[in-house]
Amino acid sequence: MATIAERLETVWGEGPGLGTSLKTVDHKKLGMKYLYTGLLFFVIGGIQSLILRAQLTAANLEILDPEAYNQMFTMHGTTMMFLFVVPTLSGFGNFFVPLMIGTRDMAFPRLNAFGYWIFLAAGLFMYSSFLVGKAPNNGWFNNAPLANSEFTPGLNIDFYALGLIFLGISTTAGAINFIVTILKMRAPGMSINRMPIFVWGELAFAFSIVFAQPALTAALVMLELDRKFGFAFFDPSKGGDVILWQHLFWIFGHPWVYILILPAFGIVSMIIPTFCGRPIIGYTWVVVAEMATAVIGFGVWVHHMFATGLPQVAMSFISAASFMVTLPSGTQTFAWLATLVAGKIKLKTPMLFSLGFIVLFVVGGLSGVMFASIPFDQQTTDTYFVVAHFHYIIVGGVIFPLFAGLYYWLPKMTGKMLDERWGKTSFWVMFVGFNLVFFPMHITGLLGQPRRTYTYLPGLGWDIWNAIETVGAFMLAFGILLTFVNWYRSARRGEAAPDNPWGGDTLEWATTSPPPHYNFEMVPTVRSLHPVWDQDELSHGRQSPERGGHPLADGHETFASSMLDGRPQAVMEMPHESPWPVLLTLALTVMFYGVLLDAYALAAAGVAASGAAMMGWFWPKGETQET
Amino acid sequence: MGGVETRHRAQRALERRPCGGAGPAKKAMGFAAVTIAVVASSCAPEDAPSTLDPRGPGAARIAGTWWLMLGISTVVFLIVLGFMAVALVRSRRAGPVPQGDVRWGEPVVIVGGVVIPAIILTAMFVVSLRDMAALSAPMGDTTMTIAVEGHDWWWEATYSDPAATTANEIHIPVGQPVELELTTDDVLHSFWVPQLQAKTDMISGKVNRMWIEADEPGRFRGQCAEYCGLQHAKMIFYVVAQREDDFEAWLANEAKEAADPADPGAVAGEEVFMNETCAGCHAIRGTDADAQLGPDLTHLAARATIAAGVLDNTRADLAEWIVDPQGVKDGASMPPSELSAQELDDLLDYLESLE
Amino acid sequence: MTTTTQATRTAAPRPLEETLPRHMNGPASPGWWGMVMLIATEAMLFAALVASYFFLRFQSGPVWPPGGIPKPTLELPLIMSVILWSSSVPVHLGEKAIKRGDVGKLKLYLALGFVLGAVFLGMQLGIEYPEKLAEFTPTTNVYGSLFFTLTGFHGLHVAGGLMINLWTQMRAWQGAFDEHRHVTVQNFTMYWHFVDAVWIAVLSTIYLSPNI
Repeated sequence: MATIAERLETVWGEGPGLGTSLKTVDHKKLGMKYLYTGLLFFVIGGIQSLILRAQLTAANLEILDPEAYNQMFTMHGTTMMFLFVVPTLSGFGNFFVPLMIGTRDMAFPRLNAFGYWIFLAAGLFMYSSFLVGKAPNNGWFNNAPLANSEFTPGLNIDFYALGLIFLGISTTAGAINFIVTILKMRAPGMSINRMPIFVWGELAFAFSIVFAQPALTAALVMLELDRKFGFAFFDPSKGGDVILWQHLFWIFGHPWVYILILPAFGIVSMIIPTFCGRPIIGYTWVVVAEMATAVIGFGVWVHHMFATGLPQVAMSFISAASFMVTLPSGTQTFAWLATLVAGKIKLKTPMLFSLGFIVLFVVGGLSGVMFASIPFDQQTTDTYFVVAHFHYIIVGGVIFPLFAGLYYWLPKMTGKMLDERWGKTSFWVMFVGFNLVFFPMHITGLLGQPRRTYTYLPGLGWDIWNAIETVGAFMLAFGILLTFVNWYRSARRGEAAPDNPWGGDTLEWATTSPPPHYNFEMVPTVRSLHPVWDQDELSHGRQSPERGGHPLADGHETFASSMLDGRPQAVMEMPHESPWPVLLTLALTVMFYGVLLDAYALAAAGVAASGAAMMGWFWPKGETQET
Repeated sequence: MGGVETRHRAQRALERRPCGGAGPAKKAMGFAAVTIAVVASSCAPEDAPSTLDPRGPGAARIAGTWWLMLGISTVVFLIVLGFMAVALVRSRRAGPVPQGDVRWGEPVVIVGGVVIPAIILTAMFVVSLRDMAALSAPMGDTTMTIAVEGHDWWWEATYSDPAATTANEIHIPVGQPVELELTTDDVLHSFWVPQLQAKTDMISGKVNRMWIEADEPGRFRGQCAEYCGLQHAKMIFYVVAQREDDFEAWLANEAKEAADPADPGAVAGEEVFMNETCAGCHAIRGTDADAQLGPDLTHLAARATIAAGVLDNTRADLAEWIVDPQGVKDGASMPPSELSAQELDDLLDYLESLE
Repeated sequence: MTTTTQATRTAAPRPLEETLPRHMNGPASPGWWGMVMLIATEAMLFAALVASYFFLRFQSGPVWPPGGIPKPTLELPLIMSVILWSSSVPVHLGEKAIKRGDVGKLKLYLALGFVLGAVFLGMQLGIEYPEKLAEFTPTTNVYGSLFFTLTGFHGLHVAGGLMINLWTQMRAWQGAFDEHRHVTVQNFTMYWHFVDAVWIAVLSTIYLSPNI
């Protein structure tokens, strides 16, 4: 008679090999794919930024011609904002949300796989533009009318628009999956007020995507209709309005930056309690703050347009909302600070990155609040002051927590510890390098240096700061490299990681490192906000049946539960590995290239193939009865 | 209570030695202090277009608000660092960590995170509204209007009383608010002269209005501040503020048609101008050249820079610009000229005569 | 000894895995929530298009439609609306039927809903569009772009709904549904009612608002 573990391994295990890799629906494998691919785009975007910085080291340096530089800064922004941050955070989310809520997979495993493959395809689609020398060149925000075919006739903008419409499918699919998983698949007893803050962060992130992404999709579709077929949305000579682009883009774009940071806040809210040895202070306030930031973030988009000549009354409302949106972030910051003071800090690498995050995020938040003042914004928008602000927020406020998450969670994901000395060194080099590159940008912005410029003239007082910034950029890059080397060394000969190397409190620490395919031998019943701290019997993922453990080993099974109380309502049979997500992705790729190249027969073939792939996906297997 | 013990055991397993000191906090503080000092004392060169070197009431008002916000921000930042320093120091203490609610915990979160920021932010909002009111008021008192149109990648300025058209160098009288009527001929641009005023975008299909005023005579650098394509980086202009009588003299001169050239070289140069591609794009009022695709050159010699602020208006730079504009500003609409050395010499004589 | 053990065995409750159902319908089902979220995101897409319509209209000035285009007539759109909205009736009845276990009625109502939806689409593509294209095209001016994009996006969603309808009919013929298992039917009807609701917005925006 096979043990429960053996039965579960038979049902949930996936073999090695390329075939399995293409068909996997395991949330942990998909999480790793998102992480690796997202970090690959991070490295590419980072190299692009080093080239930009090299060019700006001194006045009149033209390493790249203006067109190449403009493509480089556009792709740096586009890569970082679309192909790196959200996918990498989705990687953590994919790996850890099911573990943290005590279940065995995401709600829609094949949709999960589909989301990853579309992300990869869309990223490759956009980067294929370099092969023909037509990378997007109008900034990551792609304003009209420079985006119109009248002013940019080449494929640059079509790669951008179609690529992002394509990517939007992945982003939306991932968001829907997170929402339904978090609301419907929590372990028995995990009522909504026992959810880890990282999970709340992913929920806020996912809801924001569902409501923000369509504004961008609408804008991109309208732009492509203009470019390909001569529609008039952004053509003033035919009644169109170029400002409409900015409204739609920023209605998406401002929530998007909160989408970037809410999971990062969630990561910090997991790490600080663990390394302070006590629960976070103000759990409820922190959760409310995460959701409030997401909601208020939808009301401030016009602050990206304060210099466009909009009516003052309308702008004043947005200014007030932009001041107000600081309050939830302040709440979270003081919750972290209070927890730090109340606890005893263990300065391990994840905590070091979290402390660095607080310092840098506060600086970025303070400069951000300054932009809520309309007159000050009108002086500093479109200058290096704003470049400084958003890099403090995105690098300091998102990437530092991401690195904290890497140091915290890689042992769980890979089963190997990372080296503490390399980790701490990486942190310090990154911290100093980061401030060297981005702090002086506040100064050069105030001294009159506009952004998105491929060079500048000498004698304006900008030269020395730009030189320092370049040095800092290479230092920051080196610091990042140290972490990647650390990761590599750890993979080769890292110390084996125990189930719970840091003494964490949430369910991912209640199973082995790495977790088995089926996550938990016994799906646990949860009775606390800190299950691993409060429920001794959870160790090794084997809560006994008397204490509420459920083997669910008769098939590919897990529970569906009620939204608020986490009361199990049904046993769900989950899908096994499937080729349809990859096949549908290939079909859609054909369709998008067809549209890009005005080859509508090819596009139609792509549509037909997509229809066939969808039928294959949904076709009932074996049983005719609905499950 | 087994859980608490588990947690303590797990935490003790983590402990190797007490925390490593107030490293991150102290370093950041030191960095900030040094840089703020450097900023405050940074001496930018004379024509550095610095928002913190305001030369007119618009920029001055905003600069004042900046210093206020910087002060508040520095205090807030130091408070946050203070909390972190306290936390790091307290981490050396002996004894177990309290697990339950701490009495001062939630009050700190609410007061520090919501109440105090709400007060400060409301005050800042009120300050910004008052700034907006102060910065709108002069629109009613402007003494003249200049139409400024953005082009890829140069600036066209049109005066109406008397009528004159020039490019890339806008003169205004000191001590008076002057209205600018902003339009664009193609894509988005933004008119930004940091020492005088906040920027305002030029939007295709719309007219935006702003005012500028300089306190003293001077020459103030401006640059396009909305990405407009290939040569966005090289779309520079100057605002020259003059005493009223000097300004009127300048404007009267600009309004005049070009005088016929006297010097034989310049006469030959005028022929070159009319017969080559120059007259196809550039107007010189008083001659047959009346195309409006490029800057009006009627009083080119009176300007200090050319190629939208990229080159000085010297004979050598002008020659370079005429012979190889693509080398100076790749992608500019101006084609290269194929002139013999004599033709170029005569053309330069002619252009230098256009005072 | 044995007596005690036996007593323990008979007194032990059956494990949760054996008592819980293995299928869910309606709000208990994750799949149902997936459809809700899909509808939410598509609703935002239409909201962005409608907002763009009104933004461009109010930027445009007093004459709307501009460029000499006549105001949209109401007869044809209202007929089309009645046909589309009435298709929600059989679709709703089909859902009620399968909740009673009546597969036969489900098949009938789904087919009826398909026919009505197809007639709507046919009228849009076959009658209304040719009529309008004689007056203006999407490239004439921004009004043309808005008209064809908003109605076209809606039409694409109708076409998608018709395909989901066919799929649901196929599953019904395969015997997939009964009174306990029919979340696919619920998801389809939810989507179809959404498409009808969006038409309220499109009708009001495109056809009614210029005529007020």
